[in-house]
Amino acid sequence: MTGPDSGGEVHARLLGVTRIFPGATGQQPVHALGPVDLELRRGEFFAVVGPSGCGKSTLLEILAGLQSPTSGTVTFEGQPVTADVPDGIGVVFQEDASFPWLTVWDNAAFGLRRAGAPEAEVSRSVNDALAFMGLQDFARAYPSQLSGGMRQRVCIARTLVLQPRLILLDEPFGALDAQTRLLMGDEVLRLWRRTSATVLLITHALDEAAMLSDRIGAMSARPGRFMDIVETRWPRERDSTIVSETSFGEITGRLWENLRGESIKSLGHSGAGPA
Amino acid sequence: MIATQRVTDSLIIVAILLAVWQGLNLMVGDTALPGPAATLAYLAHLVPSARFAENALATLAAFTYALVIAYGLGLAIGVWLGAHHLSGAVGEPLLVALYSIPKITLYPVILLIFGLGISGKVAFGALHGILPVALLTMSAIRNIPPVYLKVARTLHLSKWQTIFAVFFPATLPEVVAGLRIGFTVTLLGVLLAEMFASKRGLGFLIINAMSLAQSEEMLTVAIMLFVFAVLANSLLLWMEHRLHRRN
Amino acid sequence: MSRVGVIRLIVVIAAIGLLELACRLGFIDYRTIIPPSEMTTVLVRLLASGELNSDIARTFGVVVIAVAISIVLGFALGLLIHAVPRVRRALDPLLATYYAVPIFIFYPVMVAIFGLSIIPIVLIGIAAAAVAMIIATLNGLDRVPRVLTKVARVHRMGPLDTALRLKLPAAAPHLFTGVKLAVSYGFIAVIASEFILAPAGLGRAIADAYSDFNNRKMYALILLLLVFATCMNMALHAWDLRWSARRGVRPQ
Repeated sequence: MTGPDSGGEVHARLLGVTRIFPGATGQQPVHALGPVDLELRRGEFFAVVGPSGCGKSTLLEILAGLQSPTSGTVTFEGQPVTADVPDGIGVVFQEDASFPWLTVWDNAAFGLRRAGAPEAEVSRSVNDALAFMGLQDFARAYPSQLSGGMRQRVCIARTLVLQPRLILLDEPFGALDAQTRLLMGDEVLRLWRRTSATVLLITHALDEAAMLSDRIGAMSARPGRFMDIVETRWPRERDSTIVSETSFGEITGRLWENLRGESIKSLGHSGAGPA
Repeated sequence: MIATQRVTDSLIIVAILLAVWQGLNLMVGDTALPGPAATLAYLAHLVPSARFAENALATLAAFTYALVIAYGLGLAIGVWLGAHHLSGAVGEPLLVALYSIPKITLYPVILLIFGLGISGKVAFGALHGILPVALLTMSAIRNIPPVYLKVARTLHLSKWQTIFAVFFPATLPEVVAGLRIGFTVTLLGVLLAEMFASKRGLGFLIINAMSLAQSEEMLTVAIMLFVFAVLANSLLLWMEHRLHRRN
Repeated sequence: MSRVGVIRLIVVIAAIGLLELACRLGFIDYRTIIPPSEMTTVLVRLLASGELNSDIARTFGVVVIAVAISIVLGFALGLLIHAVPRVRRALDPLLATYYAVPIFIFYPVMVAIFGLSIIPIVLIGIAAAAVAMIIATLNGLDRVPRVLTKVARVHRMGPLDTALRLKLPAAAPHLFTGVKLAVSYGFIAVIASEFILAPAGLGRAIADAYSDFNNRKMYALILLLLVFATCMNMALHAWDLRWSARRGVRPQ
């Protein structure tokens, strides 16, 4: 396993990426992001933190191929990412994206079935993913019968069955309470270790980023750029108990030092423009 | 507990309605408003008659055609306005305006175009039904959470897979609500058409009975239509609730 | 005006223009539809002659009576039903299916009972409008946030004070939606009643003009009612939007 600090193989790369949204008639175009350079190493856990509206989610959607950059290039496993989502990338969104008309089991099976996988394989992968996410007892339930945290697990399970090599998480715990978030953080760490996938997590919670990641990129207010990249040097085997380590406080302290001024800037125009 | 109380309460409501009916009957007399018992007796006499069957079938035929047209055109317009943003923005207020005018004023125009036969009734019924079906279908499509489309893309769904596996089930509950309201107003349109200028159908029977001062017949037909509307609506509402409970 | 508004205006004008052209060029028979310009000129002449005044006064008088009674009655019944949860539970299915029934089929029954006067028309108007007000009142009261009741208790407000100073304003946007629907439904019911069977009124005037093959008068009257109904609904809708926007709730 490639250690996060050994400068291992590059898994995905953004080079000079910017995103400018054309303004509505009579309005200035919105420069949301960049230019941003980023190299994700295979198998690392990378978090992006930044004030609201700094273009974090835009960065993720560009990497996923859901949006095209205004300029710059994006590559995943050596191949350029164009207008389509490349095979091997899984995305979990901030909003509840579970399908309310399907049971938990059918939600998880959705992607594999659409891809035409044989039913035996679907069944095996789904049962496996549901067991891993602790959802096996809710397989027949509908999402409306579950809590917000459980629904987000359903979405993770749906991504997991496709065995992604790069998992993009867009503030997946933004709507959850603090304790549930700590526990979901443990789940994500477990998931990361077991799948050996590269994980990119977008979050606004500094403690969450500090607890989960190998490296953390701190972004400036709009247009978002990386101001600092912090290495945590946590062991691969870790969980939410590291919040009590002294270096944990140092990391969040350094992040906040970077972000405090930026967050104040973004307060001035919070809610304006695409996030 | 709650369930039995609910049944009791519903029975109490029915009893109150029957009592009010009986009370009115005692106040205004049998010729103006027959009582529940007399109406029920007349019902048993009317329903097996050929005259009733003929008129009920005429209404049913006009209603069925009108409903098919209302659903077909309403869904097509709704999908168009929902999927094409500019058309929707331009068209929605126009449809809303059409929806809330007294459409009966347009019936003479329909009669002049389609004539006095079944086609006029069908056109007038469909005119009522198209609008709510189109409006709710449009709103259903607009209300699809954008994140569903992103999920479809990350799961590599084709255009048709996205439509059938994501858009269709996501819009279904609201579309069914539109179909339910469309059902109701189409029925109203057909009956209004029959009441104004027709020689056949249940709407005609009511008006004819009134001019001949046959209160029993008038009331019997009205109550049968009432029961039909309530039953059909309850069925569609039940479907809608099932879809909503899931969502 | 926004781009969408301009396009909408162009669409409407083009539709009217096409109708005018089709009539003038003879694609549409004069006995079927008369040109829109002629509808307008006939209407202006009819309005100026004063011939329509009594029908207009009668129809709007009936609508105002029916809607006013519906709003007061609907609001009062809504408060009452909301106060007794058991009655609420029992009536909920009835309210949910009420508008599925073509209530209008009972208009002839009303005529049989009360005779051919304005009473059956007012009653049908109330039957169409009041229930919308009841439903809106219940909706509004349901959405009064619980925390407001706590605020009332903190300020030691009595039940009447709470109802008038907190619940009523909190429910106001929904109540206005009820008023809007009551006006629209009441108007439709009154016109339809007059159209089917009534001694006088605008609806009756259209039906008479149709029976007399007086297309010019008929189309002028149809135009009058459509323009009036559209303007009224647009005004109510604009108010509703403004009220709702101020409160951050979606209008229904």
